[in-house]
Amino acid sequence: MNNLDQIFVYAKYWLLSQLPGGVQSLVSIVLDIIAIIAVFGTCFALTTILERKGLGRIQNRYGPNRVGPCGLLQPMADAIKMLTKEDIVPFAADKVVHYLAPLVLTVPIWLAFSVIPFGREMSAIDLDAGVLFFFAVGGASELAVFMAGWSSRNKYSLVGAMRAIAQMISYEVPLVLATIPVIMLSGSLNLNKIVEAQSGYAFGVAQWNVFTPWGFAGFFLFLIAATAESNRSPFDLPEGESEIIAGFLTEYSGFKYALFFLGEYLGLFAVTALSVTLFLGGWHAPLQVLEFLPSWFCFFVKFAAIIAVFIWVRGTVPRLRFDQLLNFSWRFLVPLTLVNLLVAVVWHFTSLGAGLDQSLRWLISAAMIVPAYVYFGRALSPNRPTRIYQYAE
Amino acid sequence: MTALAEPPVMHEAPPSGTIWRLAEDRSSFAGPTDDRAGGLPDHDLLEVALGPHHPSTHGVFRMDVVLDGEEVVRLKPVFGYLHRNHEKIAEKNSYLAAIPYTDRLDYICSMTNNWAYVMTVEKLTGFQPPERAEYIRVIVGELTRLFNHACLVGFLLQDMGALGTPLMYAFREREKILDLFESLSGARMMCNYMRFGGVRCDLPDGWIEEAKQVVAEFPRFLDEFEALLTGNEILLVRSQGIGVLSKELAVNAGVTGPMLRASGVGYDLRKVDKYSIYPRFNFRIPLGQHGDVFDRYMIRLLEMRESLSILKQALDTIPAGPIVDPKAKQRGLRPKAGEAYGRIEAPKGELGFYVVSDGSPNPYRFRIRPPSLINLTVLEDMCLGHTIADVVIILGSVDIVLGEVDR
Amino acid sequence: MLGSGIIKGMVETARNFFGSYVSRERLTTVQYPEQQLAPHENARTIPLLVYDGDMEHLRCTACGICEMECPAQCIYIVKDTVKKSDYLGRMQFQPRVFDIDISVCMACGICAEVCPFDSIMMDQVFALSTQNRFSGLLLHKEDLAKANGYFHAIHPSDAGDIDARRDEDKRKAEAKAKAAVAAKAAAAIKSSEASAKQVEVAA
Repeated sequence: MNNLDQIFVYAKYWLLSQLPGGVQSLVSIVLDIIAIIAVFGTCFALTTILERKGLGRIQNRYGPNRVGPCGLLQPMADAIKMLTKEDIVPFAADKVVHYLAPLVLTVPIWLAFSVIPFGREMSAIDLDAGVLFFFAVGGASELAVFMAGWSSRNKYSLVGAMRAIAQMISYEVPLVLATIPVIMLSGSLNLNKIVEAQSGYAFGVAQWNVFTPWGFAGFFLFLIAATAESNRSPFDLPEGESEIIAGFLTEYSGFKYALFFLGEYLGLFAVTALSVTLFLGGWHAPLQVLEFLPSWFCFFVKFAAIIAVFIWVRGTVPRLRFDQLLNFSWRFLVPLTLVNLLVAVVWHFTSLGAGLDQSLRWLISAAMIVPAYVYFGRALSPNRPTRIYQYAE
Repeated sequence: MTALAEPPVMHEAPPSGTIWRLAEDRSSFAGPTDDRAGGLPDHDLLEVALGPHHPSTHGVFRMDVVLDGEEVVRLKPVFGYLHRNHEKIAEKNSYLAAIPYTDRLDYICSMTNNWAYVMTVEKLTGFQPPERAEYIRVIVGELTRLFNHACLVGFLLQDMGALGTPLMYAFREREKILDLFESLSGARMMCNYMRFGGVRCDLPDGWIEEAKQVVAEFPRFLDEFEALLTGNEILLVRSQGIGVLSKELAVNAGVTGPMLRASGVGYDLRKVDKYSIYPRFNFRIPLGQHGDVFDRYMIRLLEMRESLSILKQALDTIPAGPIVDPKAKQRGLRPKAGEAYGRIEAPKGELGFYVVSDGSPNPYRFRIRPPSLINLTVLEDMCLGHTIADVVIILGSVDIVLGEVDR
Repeated sequence: MLGSGIIKGMVETARNFFGSYVSRERLTTVQYPEQQLAPHENARTIPLLVYDGDMEHLRCTACGICEMECPAQCIYIVKDTVKKSDYLGRMQFQPRVFDIDISVCMACGICAEVCPFDSIMMDQVFALSTQNRFSGLLLHKEDLAKANGYFHAIHPSDAGDIDARRDEDKRKAEAKAKAAVAAKAAAAIKSSEASAKQVEVAA
């Protein structure tokens, strides 16, 4: 059982032990890189097909089911199509920047995966400032998007890029603010330590951050901000295809377009993996009885569940308008994350010897967060009276 | 509401924010002709041509938009990309041969287009459709209204970025009605079904039962739709207060149909003209108060429910009998010289045909009053001050079909 | 409260998601090349020309009414120079050329409606794509001509009515012809009798 849990770790050490000592550390790094690229590359392919199938089912149709068994080879067909398409560069484009933009988007996002613990003993780098590193490399995508929008010399691209910049910057704030309680209460920026802080079981149920009031609120705030950060519906304004064609992607075709697509999905995966790590106990099993499951399996089940929620939301909601999007961030998410910070503090200090009943702690926390939610929600959309429609005979 | 009995009050002068701007020279945007207070801002503006190849223009249609940031400061609709010379072709063809061309005006609602045209010719010739034919016309007309409104709401939500989910639900229901049309007339969309003084063929066996079942199942779809959308906060903030069309402007600009009723004017030709056998049915006309995108959305949903009530009554009481006026002549029709204007409440508004006959086998003059085009003339007035994202949904809420706009 | 409407909507989409696995009513898609729906009897695509027996017996008499009435003006007919006998035994022209440009045809069915000889009818074929958009879509008499049996297969009730009417016409015509023959024979007998009488008288 432990073997299954650590199978990948053992495999790596066995491989390394076959090599002379001098190259071991270098090969170790290369192996990590290959593993991450292989796993998340596959995830990308699978997600594109499953997303299309899931959306299809939501919309009462089959979704792609022609290529291979159940359409599972569709990503291959898409890849071949993308690779064989003509790479069109607009005449007036800034060619170098136009070329670089997809690379600048994709490369840093791979880096973000290096600090995430995918299982017990399974993180590429055990970095002490892991969370910080994650947000730092994640910030590079804004640059890439603006490079793409500006270099295309297209009005739609420019509008899309402007939207993307404003959106990403606005949502970076609540995203980071939502993680701060976790960092405060686990006392570390190291993602491995954060996962460790969520170990242990009370009454057979895991003690994840999401099972605390501040963690619960923080998880949803984080997810909302993550949706916006990864340009997913209902916050997909930078590409809002019904308004500005494809936003900053308008002038991209072929493989460059595929790279943008890849970068976008990797961004989504990275931020989802982070949310699993921060709030859902990382690779810990949800129940004590399920502890026999391999840690990486637990991680990827949670990961897949959150991706499924993203797909579900995408199939349901219309898109927000741009000013409403920014309002939502600054007037709703940011104040709520700040309140949540207070809740976390209260939660922390009521546990220190105050001897308060657990339910009372929950009550206090709820008394802080729920009115704030209602109040800021009201302020966001001023109470619109239900419209009554008259009939003429 | 008693306002329905007579046509709405016409206002003396057009309100401010005139509607005549369409006739202006469109060689330059930032010209001195702008009469709005303050004029255009003096910093750089972004001119964007939305269309003719744009995902949300519902066909080939262009809006030349001047943006200040993302806010629209001017907007010019440019159409004619789909002009197919329909009126001139009809003047060259015989009266009968114009019917299939009317299918292609508003290619979503071919039945009502047929109806408006044959009604005009009936006025010209004095043919009297028998009872059963009138019932069939009302039934197919209301079915058309059902799926037109369902699709419109789907497209509107698509424009709002709902990724096709409402649209697919609407299309699922529309299929059922199109199947009915196919078994009735032989074609799903280009029905070519109405004839002068009646309809082309009688209802096939079991058609009434199938139609009754479709009508009985439709409210479930509407309930689903409302659960999915009407309470959705994003839809509310996106559509409420957006693209407000005032009563006065709507009346002055000749806007008709659900758009006019969303602005609160109780004007529905089914009640005003009392054409066909509509006075026999019990139905109500929903009216909006705000005239914004949300009202236009809701009015369509409510009208669907009223259509269902008409359909129920009509399907229950349809009599047996002939389907064409025995005096009617289809081929080689030569109405005596004269003119006629026939209009019906098509799903998009008042669809009128004006036909002048000089006694020859083809019309001397053939003219269409397309509701889509006339409703589109107020586009700029609704869009100014909103953002590009709103322009798209305002256009979506007007409910245009470019086949009808450009003809 | 903020979010309740969205949650309601999400419940609805989840219902549709799971419903599409269990309910045929929700998942109405037909997987086209493998599954095909039978066309409705009334369904129409492009015109066809009905013949009885063999290709030489087209019902069409090249009268040109459809050519004249076609809204899209996509029919082109040239009359043959010799007449052939039709089902009633009358001598009629047949078309030497009967072309329909189906790239122009809009499948309105007016030609079938106005045809007084029950000759032009609406087909139900729909996979009409070809490699050549000019000659490939210009259908000639040979492509358009279809046996009455085929017409029976696609429009059974219409074909039944038409056949019944034609049989009736034929029966009437035959009866008339028979009557005419009989009358002729009777007249002949009468005249021969009369002449016999005359002979008698003369004798």
